[in-house]
Amino acid sequence: MIAKLKGQYGSGICEANTYLGQNYMVVDPSIVSDLLQILRNREQFDYCVDITAVHYPEREKQFDVLWILYSFSKNERIRVKIMIADGESVPSAVSVWATANWLEREVYDMFGIRFDGHPDLKRILLPDGWKGYPLRKDYGIIQQDQEWVKANLGIESGQ
Amino acid sequence: MTDRTMFDLKPTDPKPADDKYLSHLELGEPDKTFLDTNELVINMGPQHPATHGVLRVILKLDGEKVLGTECVIGYLHRGVEKIAENRTYTMFNPYVDRMDYVAAVSNGLGYCEAVEKLLNIEAPPRAKYIRVILTELNRLASHQLWLGTHALDIGAMTPLFYTFRDREEILKIFEKYCGARLTTHAFRIGGCQYETYEGFERDVVKFLDFVPPKIDEYEELLTTNRIWLERTKNVGVISRADAIALGVTGPVLRASGVKWDLRKAQPYAAYSDFDFEVPIGANGDTYDRYTVRMEEMRQSLRIIRQAVEKIPEGPIMAKVPKVMKPPVGEIYHSIEAPKGELGYFIVSDGSTQPYRVRIRPPSFVNLQALDIMVRGALVADVIAVIGTLDIVLGEVDR
Repeated sequence: MIAKLKGQYGSGICEANTYLGQNYMVVDPSIVSDLLQILRNREQFDYCVDITAVHYPEREKQFDVLWILYSFSKNERIRVKIMIADGESVPSAVSVWATANWLEREVYDMFGIRFDGHPDLKRILLPDGWKGYPLRKDYGIIQQDQEWVKANLGIESGQ
Repeated sequence: MTDRTMFDLKPTDPKPADDKYLSHLELGEPDKTFLDTNELVINMGPQHPATHGVLRVILKLDGEKVLGTECVIGYLHRGVEKIAENRTYTMFNPYVDRMDYVAAVSNGLGYCEAVEKLLNIEAPPRAKYIRVILTELNRLASHQLWLGTHALDIGAMTPLFYTFRDREEILKIFEKYCGARLTTHAFRIGGCQYETYEGFERDVVKFLDFVPPKIDEYEELLTTNRIWLERTKNVGVISRADAIALGVTGPVLRASGVKWDLRKAQPYAAYSDFDFEVPIGANGDTYDRYTVRMEEMRQSLRIIRQAVEKIPEGPIMAKVPKVMKPPVGEIYHSIEAPKGELGYFIVSDGSTQPYRVRIRPPSFVNLQALDIMVRGALVADVIAVIGTLDIVLGEVDR
């Protein structure tokens, strides 16, 4: 499968490897939209397990965005990873897997990564008016949106 | 669902209090809402006994018919994933118990196994068997709690008392084993902290003999009960294709006819040693999810019996470094929790603290299916569907 995809995309697939028995590939953000559709339709990865992100503030391309996919017919998992800079957006996978809807909203909520073509991209776990993205590394563990806390809870601090 | 304005809940213009009645009289005719069929948007929750926690569902109704829903979640958000980044691997272990607090043992199993994989160690066979016994007991406890509350929501009060009575026996075993009933923190990275107590096997076997007639008792109350059938048959139907597209897992997926269980598909712990069936449903309705879970309880008992009979002697803890520094890398490990696939994606940067822990909660993903399951149904069915999805808000919000 990897060989076939490599033949199709060439250098678009930067790395395809196995770590601790788990397959993953790092791809170029420009092909990820196509690639996810191909994985879903041609390679039968019909179940999108999870979408998540990791923040590396010291890197030029600060974020890893990951799709963890599973195929019922092959009983196989694969992780697709892209690297993007702060402010770059990612193509939404809602039209490929309906489950991507809430998962992408959570990534947006926690990291501030925007998904192009998402039908209703808004915060999911935090309140709508909240400022800041808590899972970024520069967000402190006891940091809060004090303004929001004061306006909505009427207290100085949420602690 | 996609139309944001559909659910905008704008309050009507506030009028001065003393002007209220007068202005109404001046209108000269009754309010238009009387006997017309305007769409109505109402709020269910977040404080509502049937939402199983602080879940708010905005319902768009036409009379009694549901046109659409939107879930508002996050009331219990504690930032578990952020906490993980600021704790060592060992220190974070008890936190995972607080997500799905009715199945804390499963959460701990998933986390410990994920870190073990990252460290490239394996728990000894005896520890794996103890893990299987406790996890399956916990699955049973979780399903019993689900059955009691779900039946109560639909109007059957008796099963609640029956299931809580029998669940107590499981919690007693947990308490004797590790001192806690709910947030057990039963496992450690590399195995188990505690050897089984004197008489553990006897207690478990006693429970295995005690509970099957009780499960028959629950079934006697419900399975052929006419009211139960009316309330659950063809309610909250989700097709096989929709279930897969929405990523639902666990009993909800199996009731839609997908024979998929991680314990069989990608066995972890010691599950490959045991013989058990994966029950599936045909229609994907609330009744099927009920029968699937009932059968799962019996299969859990089968697994526990085999595990108790075959439990090997030996150490319960692998050789684990005092200071855990997993090599740089990423791992995704998932287990079949009572609610579905519970996954941990852990990134290590080679230090003592995880760089990132992502938890893939089954309840969160399953809850997303609520909208498709209740469209066109009645308000009372929303209650039934929330119950049948078996969500725990502590896990949805993390």
